[in-house]
Amino acid sequence: MATLTREETQNLIQEVLEVYPDKAKKDRAKHLAVNDQSIEQSKKCIISNRKSQPGVMTVRGCAYAGSKGVVWGPIKDMVHISHGPVGCGAYSRAGRRNYYVGHTGVNTFGTMNFTSDFQEKDIVFGGDKKLAKLITEINELFPLVKGISVQSECPIGLIGDDIEAVSKKMGKELDKPIVPVRCEGFRGVSQSLGHHIANDAIRDWVIGNRDGDTSFETTKYDVAVIGDYNIGGDAWASRILLEEMGLRVVAQWSGDGTLSEMELTPKVKLNLIHCYRSMNYISRFMEEKYGVPWMEYNFFGPTKIAESLRKIAAFFDETIQANAEKVIEKYTAEYEAIIAKYRPRLEGKKVMLYVGGLRPRHVIGAYEDLGMEVVGTGYEFAHNDDYDRTIKEMGDATLLYDDVTGYEFEEFVKKVKPDLIGSGIKEKYIFQKMGVPFRQMHSWDYSGPYHGYDGFAIFARDMDMTVNNPCWKSMQAPWQKPAEGEAEAVAASA
Amino acid sequence: MPNVMIRKNDAGDLLFYVAKKDMEETISSVEMDTPETWGGDVVLTDGSRWYIDPISPPPTFPTTLRFKRGDE
Repeated sequence: MATLTREETQNLIQEVLEVYPDKAKKDRAKHLAVNDQSIEQSKKCIISNRKSQPGVMTVRGCAYAGSKGVVWGPIKDMVHISHGPVGCGAYSRAGRRNYYVGHTGVNTFGTMNFTSDFQEKDIVFGGDKKLAKLITEINELFPLVKGISVQSECPIGLIGDDIEAVSKKMGKELDKPIVPVRCEGFRGVSQSLGHHIANDAIRDWVIGNRDGDTSFETTKYDVAVIGDYNIGGDAWASRILLEEMGLRVVAQWSGDGTLSEMELTPKVKLNLIHCYRSMNYISRFMEEKYGVPWMEYNFFGPTKIAESLRKIAAFFDETIQANAEKVIEKYTAEYEAIIAKYRPRLEGKKVMLYVGGLRPRHVIGAYEDLGMEVVGTGYEFAHNDDYDRTIKEMGDATLLYDDVTGYEFEEFVKKVKPDLIGSGIKEKYIFQKMGVPFRQMHSWDYSGPYHGYDGFAIFARDMDMTVNNPCWKSMQAPWQKPAEGEAEAVAASA
Repeated sequence: MPNVMIRKNDAGDLLFYVAKKDMEETISSVEMDTPETWGGDVVLTDGSRWYIDPISPPPTFPTTLRFKRGDE
């Protein structure tokens, strides 16, 4: 099917909205838009970061998911206590595949689940004593733990436990940072507020820890990678490019990151932000307090990588700039071979995305490098500033959908008929059963890394094996398929 | 009276950022912007007006300041 025109897309949105009652229709209409590259500010065409409609299916997470699952969870040498009932911790354990190096249970704790396992009596009498006991136990069992964060689940806020007081007291007793995070799940409309709360907790309890300490030897090429969660090894694939350029990566936030890396981050020369949505708050803070500038970059696909490497190098002197060119040149043959191999197989295929954080706009470049076209994109929990950045990346008259509902997404797919959908696990099996090739783009469908030049090779391979998988031709049972010539015979006899 | 973080963007314009309101706008004009003082009526590109008592000497950006709504 040819790409939709502006009117057709507008009509499609209207058609999909028809089923809603008036009030819901009015609200949902604000979240769906046809992209217009001439618009400077997204708030003129799309509303985001609002409460989801009751009664529709949404795939959003909660503040606890944003804090424990995204920002704090990957910090490997700290224990993150899921403070409250046992389920939240169990279901957010290791699902995001934030890879790390270390001995789990000895000096790293990334894939372990620590919870205070609230029972009825803890709700009635409060859980502060339990928390203090838990922290002491953790320190005894895992003496190499560098710090502990207390990730509140909903009941903590509801019963009014004073986790700050416990944390302060235990922090003094153990002489380790104990960070209380007020990320109760009911706060905010999505996981996005959880990111913000987590950033604020880092600001209040971590960043200033080494302010007077000058023992860390800095160089003029120090940078920090912020907002890369090392999903399937992403941060490693990004880091080597920066190091080959001659920069020194002091900290990784927070994939494969440590507490001391975070404490040292204010001493770097430049903060590099990959996931703007989840970590811009702390970058803004570091810019204000420590004068560390920050910039966004994009390591998906060779075009954007080259663009980003040059942009990063422009902050530094000529040696780094020359090195950046060398790095790009070094990998040119490699990525050209990948494009030569996969582009003919993927050329002209249409993609629809619905993910969170940075991916709905960042991966567009990588698809374009493979000759594919992104015809619709949307975020689970974006704010206006994310859409500001998306409008420029997306083609004219393409679909934008914010916090799309299950129904809307299915209808869009039926009409737009993309060749590939990139979204989450909750959408995956629905669309596969509809016969549409699908990649789970939250944690790269258990593959990865996708960042950097190394990641691009894997990205291209994965897209090819999904789109061109022979199973999509076998969606109809053989006996339901009209045999050659039979279709006409049936039509004639009817 | 929100706390507003003022910072410069790549183009050198001042940005007016209110974290909790999810708002980031460019400042189009500042009443007093001299080497001695900075402040007064501040107009943003979206047309909204804000006010801050003039500060002297001018603050170094980025910084967080407390603004009043201009129409109050």
